Amino acid sequence: MIEVKSVVKQYGRKRVLDNVSLKIEKGKITSFIGPNGAGKSTLLSIISRLIGKDEGQVYLDGELVDGIDCNSFARKLSILRQSNHLNVRLTVRELVSFGRFPYSEGKLRAEDLDHIERALEYTQLKEEADKYLDELSGGQRQRAFIAMVIAQDTEYILLDEPLNNLDVKHSVEIMKILRRLVGELGKTVVIVMHDINFASCYSDYIVAFNKGQIVKEGNVEEIINKDVLEDVYDTNFVVQDIMNRRICFYY
Amino acid sequence: MKTKQRIYILSAALLILVLLYLLLGLNPFIWRYALSLRIPKTIALLLVASSIAFSSTVFQTLTNNRILTPSVLGLDSLYLFIQSLIVFLFGSSTLARLGENFNFILSVGLMVAFSLLLFQLLFKREERNIFFLLLVGLVMGTFFQSLSTFMQVLIDPNEFLVIQNRMFASFNNMNTEILWLALIISFLAVLFTLKDLKNLDILSLGRENAINLGVDYDFVVKKFLVLISILVSVSTALVGPITFLGLLVVNLARELLRTFRHKYLIVGAILIASIALTFGQLIAERLLNFSTPISIIINFIGGLYFIFLLLKESKI
Repeated sequence: MIEVKSVVKQYGRKRVLDNVSLKIEKGKITSFIGPNGAGKSTLLSIISRLIGKDEGQVYLDGELVDGIDCNSFARKLSILRQSNHLNVRLTVRELVSFGRFPYSEGKLRAEDLDHIERALEYTQLKEEADKYLDELSGGQRQRAFIAMVIAQDTEYILLDEPLNNLDVKHSVEIMKILRRLVGELGKTVVIVMHDINFASCYSDYIVAFNKGQIVKEGNVEEIINKDVLEDVYDTNFVVQDIMNRRICFYY
Repeated sequence: MKTKQRIYILSAALLILVLLYLLLGLNPFIWRYALSLRIPKTIALLLVASSIAFSSTVFQTLTNNRILTPSVLGLDSLYLFIQSLIVFLFGSSTLARLGENFNFILSVGLMVAFSLLLFQLLFKREERNIFFLLLVGLVMGTFFQSLSTFMQVLIDPNEFLVIQNRMFASFNNMNTEILWLALIISFLAVLFTLKDLKNLDILSLGRENAINLGVDYDFVVKKFLVLISILVSVSTALVGPITFLGLLVVNLARELLRTFRHKYLIVGAILIASIALTFGQLIAERLLNFSTPISIIINFIGGLYFIFLLLKESKI
């Protein structure tokens, strides 16, 4: 379980996160939703130690994250950020191999190669494995990065807007992969999402942010309703059940 | 593998050039004397080439940028500034009494301290911005140069000659007194980061990916900056600033080897730098009869290549 206790993050005088406390349960997909600048990505970065916090604590399985050494932390928790521009030219397989670095320290063993193959299979990238990343489509590229995270084989997987700039087909593909990761491998996935309907259809638990604070958290039924969403986004919403899913209209 | 083959070819080329440089024009009467001059010079050439290539490769990886080198950030003008400062404060006679080796160690120490300060300023900030880095480099380079000039104007002309000798140090006027010390220090510096070299491949993926993959980012970057400042001190102390050589050789190594793996990139860059310097020195000494210092040739070619790189990057 990831436990966030009264975390504060400030840029100058602006509080990006204001006393946020949260528990993220194991074996579930938890989505962070909310308007731009609500602090979702910032919290994700703080949990994964990419940026520091000004106050508060984050615990990973009861252990304070600041005290965990870098290598053990990288075996427990991985994060994929939304901007994945690389300065180096890599093939898909090379990128995925990087995911094994916390275990192999650069020298791939048979076990690491197994993990890499499995990750490629999981994301259906076997045929593209030897292509360069810049030769791939946006959806395939994103899948390649997810394959790297899968190869890293961490219990917790944090994703910052993995569906950004993807078309419907590729978004669904990626969400299905994540669903399988939780269902088959028992991973814990935390996603920052902009598309509320994707959050509604694929999450187990939703946390709604606004202005650096958590407005409400709960399962899909509790969050995806007119009152909560109108409060969070300050826009008119119509929520309906379609094929047992809650779907929002806000267009 | 293609990459490995190319490295072998480069090594062979370097070996031939070094032998040519050592043996060309020897005759039975002067060979002892000629070799006693040429061997230290060759070692110094190779040391300078290696430290420039190594430090530039690592620096480009840390900054995730292909057109930056330690000298673009003004590290070698800092070295010259430290030299001027020492002469200015203590006078050249003190400098002469303390000896070249002491001076070198003092300068290296100051460079390391400065690079740690640089780390606090530039690398610890959460939103790092390449333009900010470049701007700081440009400003600092100019700042140190102006300060050096200012002090040089104030001091006694005789003292100024001492500094000038260092500023325009070239391969023909090499500071070989400190060669052995420089060799030992750079060897120790590389040894000290040997364990972290495997992290370089990961660092080239950027800060966030590196942290995600379990690299202790701040610690490793700090260590590499210390290494870079030592290597820059070594090359600047031996032959003075050669601004563009690093840029030139690292990018040539990337183009030629087409790999992201630093164990090949670093070796390739070192080989190319050594070839460039040995070949350049051979031409400058034997063909042009010392009329043109090779640093001018290198900076000319390097400048052209730099403009080419800028144009190419802006197109993408």
